[in-house]
Amino acid sequence: MTDTQIPARIELVTKPRRSDQFFRFVVTTGGMSSLIILGLIFAFLAYRGLGVLRVEGFGFLTNSDWSVVEDENSNIVSQDYGLAAMLVGTILSATIAVLVGVPIAVLSALFLEFYAGRKIRNILIGLIDLMAAFPSILFGLWGFMVLMPSAEYWAKLLNKYFGWIPVFDVPVPFFTRSPFIAGLVLAIMIIPICTSISREVFSQTPLDRIQAAYALGATRFSMIRAVVLPFGRGGIVGGAMLGLGRAMGETVAVYTVLNVVYQVNWQVLFGAGGNIATLIILKFGEADREEINALMAAGLVLFLLTLVVNGVANILVSRLGKVGR
Amino acid sequence: MTNNDDLAQNANLEPNPGEKKEMKTQTTPHSLADVASSREIKQPGTKPLGSGLEARGVHAWFGAKHALKDVTLDFAAGTVTALIGPSGCGKSTFLRTLNRMHEFIPTAALAGEVLLGGKDIYAAGTDVTKIRLRIGMVFQKPNPFPSMTIGQNVLSGIKLAQLKVSNTDDLLEECLTRAGLWEEAKDRLNEHASALSGGQQQRLCIARSLAVRPEVLLMDEPCSALDPGSTFRIEQTISELSQTMTIVIVTHNMQQAARVSDYSAFMLSDGGPGELIEVAPTTELFSRPRDKRTEDYVTGRFG
Repeated sequence: MTDTQIPARIELVTKPRRSDQFFRFVVTTGGMSSLIILGLIFAFLAYRGLGVLRVEGFGFLTNSDWSVVEDENSNIVSQDYGLAAMLVGTILSATIAVLVGVPIAVLSALFLEFYAGRKIRNILIGLIDLMAAFPSILFGLWGFMVLMPSAEYWAKLLNKYFGWIPVFDVPVPFFTRSPFIAGLVLAIMIIPICTSISREVFSQTPLDRIQAAYALGATRFSMIRAVVLPFGRGGIVGGAMLGLGRAMGETVAVYTVLNVVYQVNWQVLFGAGGNIATLIILKFGEADREEINALMAAGLVLFLLTLVVNGVANILVSRLGKVGR
Repeated sequence: MTNNDDLAQNANLEPNPGEKKEMKTQTTPHSLADVASSREIKQPGTKPLGSGLEARGVHAWFGAKHALKDVTLDFAAGTVTALIGPSGCGKSTFLRTLNRMHEFIPTAALAGEVLLGGKDIYAAGTDVTKIRLRIGMVFQKPNPFPSMTIGQNVLSGIKLAQLKVSNTDDLLEECLTRAGLWEEAKDRLNEHASALSGGQQQRLCIARSLAVRPEVLLMDEPCSALDPGSTFRIEQTISELSQTMTIVIVTHNMQQAARVSDYSAFMLSDGGPGELIEVAPTTELFSRPRDKRTEDYVTGRFG
């Protein structure tokens, strides 16, 4: 009685039309191209760099000597490649950039979204977008000629009052061209991207929650703290990580400001540092084939570093995004 | 003997058929007027608690659009007033002028006065946040803060307005009890608010607005997103709250207006700005409306 006959299943598919298939192909090509280009760059860097990595081994990351010794006939006598100083310098200046840049960016995003009048808001958004497209060499020059003299003074103050903290100590009072100043220039450069991402997320804060807070007698500030910031946390972190990525990969501005020294330096105020991208641009012009391979290996490390940072960013964003939504 | 005992117990436990029938007519009435008359009418001034609210010649605009025209309406302390009327008649706009939420919409404008305890809340130099502490609001869609736990949600107003409270545990229990959520929520105070059902979330929102001890509570269609069971609970809550505060509720559901309110105000827009057509004790408005348009609306001829 209960044994009803189940009819044969028919797979339900919609056969796309020719035009659909064509458009699908066009879109897929576009979507895949970035993946392919990135993959090709990675393959190229790996192809050129793996030889050096094999010779240097793990020391490539832990040594900080970068030297090629030649005899009078331009024959290479010895070569030694290590990235430690550059790696530390990269992380150091990028961290400073994020620590300085992200708070400024979040504050300006809050200002634009919740305090600015419509006119000022539109003008500022345009300006900040312009800032993102601004050539980095100009940031570098400005940082070198204008920012550095005043930043030197701040660095001296920091050293005077916080010198007891190891990172703010200096071995000799030489404050120009330090990772700190490079970090400040980078901070200015990452402000646009952090601002626009935070602003984008803040603007999506559900209106009913904002109203709920106001209806409870919240001031604008307490509303932002209770509603907007918890909601936008994921966006702030995402923006910060994108900024970090950009700060680590930035070349020209850092090259202009930073005093590149092949020695690990954790003291941010001391005028000695490094940056992988800067190393590449510094050495590339006069490098022979083997050194270029070493530079490619350095590029590979930078590539992987940014990949890791972005991966962490994605995990953080998705995890923070859930709470508070 | 045992038989007699059983009989006696039965008689105690179950009401006799006659009583049952009477209860039934009360719970499923035939007309709105019947529902309304089953409530005891509260006279203004008989309730000592809460502050009255008076709207005097209130007009509201959105940009050039005149949304509300010359509404004068008194909400006596300790009463429940229902604002009814078809969509777009300005009920919600009017409600939002009562605690200055209207001004959050860009280009919003207003004329007239809203007196709370005799003082105009729109007077220059008024601290808006203080006004909103005294006149709380519950919204159409439950909107607890999802980043906070249930307990934190209830106390969020204290934190937002930077009030000092000596014993937050007592306040938490009191507010949740008054909102009719204590029994369900007392063991889950540390869970996130999103773990609650829609109806529970709405009662949480009511508890949240109670925590800052408002004198007036504005409710903007608080049950429109809820199922009948939750609606029933919220209506119970409203009845209990009306013992201690003034309540203004916007509702599309005339049954609800009849069930919960002492007074009803009918608003209507004929394409232009919304106007107040008639206000009367709820029983009267539903049984003997003075205006033809009110009658058409409450008898379901339009809207």
